[in-house]
Amino acid sequence: MATKLPAVDAVLVGFGWTGAIIAQELTEAGLNVLALERGSFRDTIPDFSPTHIQDELRYAVRKATFEEPERQTLTFRNSTNETALPMRQLGSFLPGVGVGGAGVHWNGQNWRYLPTDFRIRSHTQERYGKQFLPDDMTVQDWPLSYADLEPHYDTWEYLCGISGKAGNLGGAIQPGGNPFEGPRQREFPNPPLARSAASMKFDEAARSIGLHPFPCPAANTSRPYKNPLGVQMGQCTYCGFCEWFGCGNYSKASPQSTILPVLLRKDSFQCKAGANVTRVNLDSTGKRATGVTYVDAQGREFEQPADLVVLCAYSLHNVHLMLLSGIGTPYDAATGRGVVGKNYAYQATANVDVFFDEIVNPFMGAGALGQVVDDFNGDNFDHGPHGFIGGAYISMWSTGGRPILQHYLPEGTPAWGAQWKSAMHENYLRSPSMQVHGSVMSYRGNCLDLDPTYRDVYGNPLLRLTFDFHPNELDMMKFTTDRAVDIAKAVKGARGYRKRERKGHYGIVEYQTTHNTGGAILGDSPGNSAVNPYLQSWDVSNVFVMGASAYPQNAGYNPTGTVGALTYWAADAIRSR
Amino acid sequence: MTIPTPTLSRRDFLAATAAGVSACACQGVPREVAPLDIPNETRMDAPLFFSADERRFIVAACSRLIPKDELGPGAVEAGVPDFIDRQLAGPYGQARTWYMHGPWEKGTAEQGYQLKSTPAELYRLAIRDIDDYCRKKYRNAFAQINPQDQDEVLGALEKKDGIDLPNVPGNAFFTMLLQNTTEGFLSDPMYGGNRDFAGWKLIGFPGPRYNYVEQIEQYGTPYTLPPVGLLGRRGTGVTKA
Ligand SMILES: Cc1cc2nc3c(=O)[nH]c(=O)nc-3n(C[C@H](O)[C@H](O)[C@H](O)COP(=O)(O)OP(=O)(O)OC[C@H]3O[C@@H](n4cnc5c(N)ncnc54)[C@H](O)[C@@H]3O)c2cc1C
Ligand code: SF4
Repeated sequence: MATKLPAVDAVLVGFGWTGAIIAQELTEAGLNVLALERGSFRDTIPDFSPTHIQDELRYAVRKATFEEPERQTLTFRNSTNETALPMRQLGSFLPGVGVGGAGVHWNGQNWRYLPTDFRIRSHTQERYGKQFLPDDMTVQDWPLSYADLEPHYDTWEYLCGISGKAGNLGGAIQPGGNPFEGPRQREFPNPPLARSAASMKFDEAARSIGLHPFPCPAANTSRPYKNPLGVQMGQCTYCGFCEWFGCGNYSKASPQSTILPVLLRKDSFQCKAGANVTRVNLDSTGKRATGVTYVDAQGREFEQPADLVVLCAYSLHNVHLMLLSGIGTPYDAATGRGVVGKNYAYQATANVDVFFDEIVNPFMGAGALGQVVDDFNGDNFDHGPHGFIGGAYISMWSTGGRPILQHYLPEGTPAWGAQWKSAMHENYLRSPSMQVHGSVMSYRGNCLDLDPTYRDVYGNPLLRLTFDFHPNELDMMKFTTDRAVDIAKAVKGARGYRKRERKGHYGIVEYQTTHNTGGAILGDSPGNSAVNPYLQSWDVSNVFVMGASAYPQNAGYNPTGTVGALTYWAADAIRSR
Repeated sequence: MTIPTPTLSRRDFLAATAAGVSACACQGVPREVAPLDIPNETRMDAPLFFSADERRFIVAACSRLIPKDELGPGAVEAGVPDFIDRQLAGPYGQARTWYMHGPWEKGTAEQGYQLKSTPAELYRLAIRDIDDYCRKKYRNAFAQINPQDQDEVLGALEKKDGIDLPNVPGNAFFTMLLQNTTEGFLSDPMYGGNRDFAGWKLIGFPGPRYNYVEQIEQYGTPYTLPPVGLLGRRGTGVTKA
């Protein structure tokens, strides 16, 4: 029997990036807020201290800070006519667990979507005609515009102390920035990070073939910075143990390094760690939530009443909880009816490794240190001759040179033996990798629902993921990866390159990105979406659902800049309600 | 084959740690001894998981996967068999964080690992099967056949359907063995492999040095400070014999 606890104004499920923002905003509005986090409490010191955090085996290979499939995982299949099987080990993506969520171990590659990304269906039809979109592609316009989100992007970027160079200030294109970006109201709070050797070589090569390289906007601070909440961040030291690790230097924007020092001091806020929410409880009408049920580390069950329930559990877990709790109509791929679980999308990625004559010291880097071109992203180029939509940015990253997982060897190198050994010796210091980071549209058959067979540690059905890449994405990746090869060929002082294309079926094994989107998408009517433009459930009005679960499809950018902006946008709406 | 055993006294260990502190102080970061999953005072070659036969197999396989040559020590000299032994005895070997509930089905390549075996079980079954296979084909266990034949066996295991073993897919085992060997060669020496920073010296990785503000824009310039590990300059997981 669940123990019933005293009510709070708002209960948050999950305490990562979106949870921290919502908690800060709702407590400012005078609400009593309780965050329930399934993982443990963590802070910069001692948990990310450089005395132990720079351990590739423990954190990146054995994945010590991520979700443990043993407790919770999902099942996966490429299409509805296969049997989904459990993801037994982590692979393709790495959901976070513990206070700070994946905000602790993200890279900090911080993007805004293009203005046209928000109106992809109508924009495509206007520019290329009604026939351009494949029949089974279910992309939708966002019910809000770039201009609506701009002030919130700004708030997020100043919170995080993003290091970058504006490319478009109020419509005026700025040298050194991304000329394709939407207009921004002011410069980034911090100048770009230092440039690595690989960045410089990429910059020169891209420029020489007429492209427009710029530094990736980074949530790694290029200088000491105090954010608008008064929280002090330190200068990034380019330690190269950034993504997949916590930052011990207060330089990577995370809930811990930007919000928690202020939030944790408030009497109106409480966080319970080790509290795994298993249900959102609804009243007898099914139209109002009464609170949530959670299980603590000892297996005890509690009922936490609340006036407002905000799901901040990461896109996949938000959808899982909605399905388990009966919030909204589950999506059925066979009929195309229902909304919860609809339009799951992901990211399509490929790589081109470059082999230089000179050393580039790859171990010096930061999670978002890289030079990028955006010429082939979104609708920044004419898609007419190509027949696909969407695109990708091409980046030369210097995120680190961790020896086990970040070494690149020429095509045809054996995987073991004396030749492997000498190739490691020759290439490790000389080989950075370019990434092609592409959009994924949504399709009728790509979706989330509950698995009929497999269960988690609480006895609940696992989430079931049905997903594959479609010809539109594979064609787009082929085109953009060839553009990355153009850059590799233009690079000076390189012995060669290795193209690692995105081909064939999506697989759950190889790490790609933790950019899972959709499943609880926003829209302008209950018929086409699970939540309204303010991320409020159409069906249960006191439930809000934060995060990339709201995206109707995925653009060619990392999601979190837009997740942050959207969370502030929704918080504004909840506050002024 | 003999495996060099690190024999350090307690005093050596403290000195090594102190060297680590001062090495890092010049980088502007105080470095203390890290909290470890493994006890400090321990012999890295203590047999925790492998039987004597299994260990012979692993030593032989490691010496082919990353051989000792003119570029420097191979996997065996770097302590990789010790590393794998400890990994298999611990949570990784038991698949502690993996989802290990049925029903069990073969699945597609895209669906990933669907074997009922933990890594420790997979090693045990595969080593026995491979030794049986070698006895039939070469009249001796894997560790006793000549290096060319060992390479032939490993090369066949590397292929998807190269050798049909009775109890486990040979290719799944090979993938895991190669992955663990590379891990042992290139992870922090405190785990028992990468002894004397053999792997890091081979490639030029200076270890977790933490601060490159001064160096990052010195393009083309080699980084000359010697490798450090999380326990400092001494490249072994430690200590008392
Ligand atoms: C290795 C890595 C690199 C990344 N790099 C980038 C990048 O460079 N740029 C970018 O834009 N994005 C990046 N991301 C993605 C980014 O981290 C996420 O978009 C962001 O953290 C999402 O915020 P969130 O609040 O939705 O989820 P999270 O920050 O993950 O927080 C969700 C929290 O909810 C908790 N939770 C889940 N279920 C429950 C439950 N039932 N009960 C209680 N608590 C629960 C989880 O434990 C977690 O702490 C990266 C992610 C990873 C893993
Ligand atoms: S690279 Fe910079 S931001 Fe990233 S962990 Fe290291 S010091 Fe922190």
